Amino acid sequence: MTEQTEWLCANCNIPLETGKVDVAYLDNAFPVDLLKCPNCGLVLIPEDLALGKMVEVEKQLEDK
Amino acid sequence: MEQSELRELEAQCIQECAPTCTAACPVHVDVKAMLVEIGRGDFSAALKIYRRSVPLPGVISRICDQPCREVCRRVDLDEAIAIRALERSCVEHGDLAGEKTRTPPKRRQQVVIIGGGVSGLTAAHDLARKGYKILIVEATDRLGGSLWRVDDGDLPKAILQHDLDAILALGIEAQYETPIDRVHLSDLRRQFDAVYLAIGAHMPDDFELERDEHGTVKVDPVTFGTNLDGVFAGGGILWGVEMRSAITSISEGRRAAISIDRYLQKVSLTASRIYEGPYTSCLYTNLQGLAAQPLIETKHPDEGYEWHEALQEAKRCIQCECMECVKVCEYLKAFERYPRKYVREIYNNLSIVKGTRYANTFINSCSLCGLCAEICPHDLDMGQVNLIARREMVTTKRMPPSAHDFALRDMAFSNSDKFQLARNAPGATTSDYVFFPGCQLSASSSEHVEQVYAYLGEKLPESKIGLMLGCCGAPANWAGRVDLIDDALANWRENYRTLGQPKVVLACSSCYQTFKKHLPDVEIVSLWELYDQLGLPEQSTISNQHSAISMHDPCTTRYDRVIQDSARNLVQRLGYQIQELPLSREKTECCSYGGNMWVANRDLAKKVVERRVTESELDYVTYCAMCRDFFARQGKRTLHLLDLIYTQDVNARAARRGPDFSQRHENRARLKRNLLNNVWGEDMPEQAAYEAIQLIMSDEVRERMDQRLILIEDVQRVLEYAQRTGRRLFNQQTQRYLAYYMPTAVTYWVEYMLQGEAFVIFNAYSHRMEVPGSVQSPHQQTGASS
Repeated sequence: MTEQTEWLCANCNIPLETGKVDVAYLDNAFPVDLLKCPNCGLVLIPEDLALGKMVEVEKQLEDK
Repeated sequence: MEQSELRELEAQCIQECAPTCTAACPVHVDVKAMLVEIGRGDFSAALKIYRRSVPLPGVISRICDQPCREVCRRVDLDEAIAIRALERSCVEHGDLAGEKTRTPPKRRQQVVIIGGGVSGLTAAHDLARKGYKILIVEATDRLGGSLWRVDDGDLPKAILQHDLDAILALGIEAQYETPIDRVHLSDLRRQFDAVYLAIGAHMPDDFELERDEHGTVKVDPVTFGTNLDGVFAGGGILWGVEMRSAITSISEGRRAAISIDRYLQKVSLTASRIYEGPYTSCLYTNLQGLAAQPLIETKHPDEGYEWHEALQEAKRCIQCECMECVKVCEYLKAFERYPRKYVREIYNNLSIVKGTRYANTFINSCSLCGLCAEICPHDLDMGQVNLIARREMVTTKRMPPSAHDFALRDMAFSNSDKFQLARNAPGATTSDYVFFPGCQLSASSSEHVEQVYAYLGEKLPESKIGLMLGCCGAPANWAGRVDLIDDALANWRENYRTLGQPKVVLACSSCYQTFKKHLPDVEIVSLWELYDQLGLPEQSTISNQHSAISMHDPCTTRYDRVIQDSARNLVQRLGYQIQELPLSREKTECCSYGGNMWVANRDLAKKVVERRVTESELDYVTYCAMCRDFFARQGKRTLHLLDLIYTQDVNARAARRGPDFSQRHENRARLKRNLLNNVWGEDMPEQAAYEAIQLIMSDEVRERMDQRLILIEDVQRVLEYAQRTGRRLFNQQTQRYLAYYMPTAVTYWVEYMLQGEAFVIFNAYSHRMEVPGSVQSPHQQTGASS
């Protein structure tokens, strides 16, 4: 993905790039494509992802 | 949960018990289902249901003696449903001609049935449909026995013949004009695999069957087996008289057929044979609120019901069921089943090793209020079942972490230095009384806590009154966290000892329940009892309007009538007239705070409040801060009893929206600070660095945060972390920062801008999944403050 993003890592002062990020919950971990700082690894979880898909997966894992 | 416990719980719920009519019917016709179909106008479907139980539908629908009608619950309202007439309408208006009948696989065993009366025909019918080869040996030249002697007006011969033909069409063979005295039982036993004797009242003497003192054949009352292996007997042979009741003969023929089938398949004849034949139903059906509807008379008595008449009569059926608890509980209603099913689902949920636990949300959504147990004819308490389930889920590490988390963190806050306090009265080294207002009154109306403390000092001038702030641990109990409630209580007890173990004055009924159950040695008194005894404070305004007001009893006072009475006495003394809600006192409803429902199932909690607040147009008064605030937040004008006692402008007070979750924390902290300052002349301990962070936000953002259970302090923690570490994102378009941090189990995201020393907050959201960068790595922690 080469799409230009308006997001900068304010820590490293460089643009975020799409990359593999490990998200984890209750001893389960999955790699997800997310915007992240190529230098320090800070990630961006947008609001719709946090309140949508993430909540859904959290519930599934909690009920497993 | 053990399987035996499950069985006991299941047995307590009677919803699946057969209705009175079906239980009284010797063959258990599913009257309810049949009448639903007639009511819909589907006579064929109704006939199908009827035929499932009755092998001679034309006959029985005309001559049945209807034991069902005597026990029809409509008798208590007007008149029993005309069940037999409706059965006849099924036979006359229904049509199963086009229906495919399943041909059973043929079995090689042969059964001989002696006697072609009702009982013998039923056994022949049932066994033939199981694939056995059947021979009926009949003394006369036709089947049907005594049915031929029924008056033609009651049972036309053509209808009888039609039913008999239908049975013969199953491939049954009949040998006519073979009187019993020409038959030898020993021969039959040799030639056939089983024998059913259904020969009416007269039995030849040479049959070597055991008889009782009256000469009738002795059979096992369950299996209809005689003393001879493979020989069964039923019908008139047992009674010594000709047919008493056709439906009873059908029942006996059917039960004998079940035994014969089991005998031939070499399985237990006696296993699970309860509820055969007529019995008394255990179903409870509440008739309250049902109107009388007279029986539908037919215009042509000889011809039976016209279809539209039948339709109307069938609609008079109450469709008996219990559902008493479901009717009063929004929670039990929301999951669309009833306790018998629910306890099974809970049991399965607890037993499951791999796979999805579908009942988690159900288990965690209950308010544990106990109304179901109060309503249930057998005292089944779903709250207790759910609480046990929650504890088991915690023990087995299967409790969803998100379910009760917010309530538990609220409790942790209340038992932290921010709020917790235990002090003797200034200058005293021990206390006679200690006032423990609980966490939510302090959160909702901290000024009332100060007023009550002052009141107790004035009214009990001889006594030394101490004060304790904190949470009793109820949310931990509700969450199934035995460890946390034990901690909370042990901590409480330690503080209590420093005051010399005085009598505890409780304002909150959840605290009252917790103390009663978990601290039985601690002497407690309800604040409302004290006000009732000691009298209202001087500054109380007594209304001279005699306005009507509705009393909402907190669910945790369900069986504390003294507290309920005290609260009522006070309201009346303040000049109000109480109009009781339809469900009050021991039948009161929960406001959704109980059991942590308000956290575990936010949508359901809203419905629960909605239901309660629409039960009366009047303003409500209650004596639980949480009930008050939950009702008020959904727009219901509600007063706390202390509002009535201490507030001048009661009218405005009833409309007060109540604090949001952040304010609840702030109010508690402020209360502690004020009391320390004003009463004990002390200062609050140092603040943590993040608490000094100033926030600017719109009401809309604040409301959104509250909905998402994000507190001001959560946002402050994120900001403190972001500013200290520099770890944050920046959006070049909006010129806003976005930072995230996981102070506890939740990661909070805050979108903000700096404005001088303050932070302008635009948005906040959270999730529980862990992502890189949400916690401090160890090397970053050096130099971190507090």
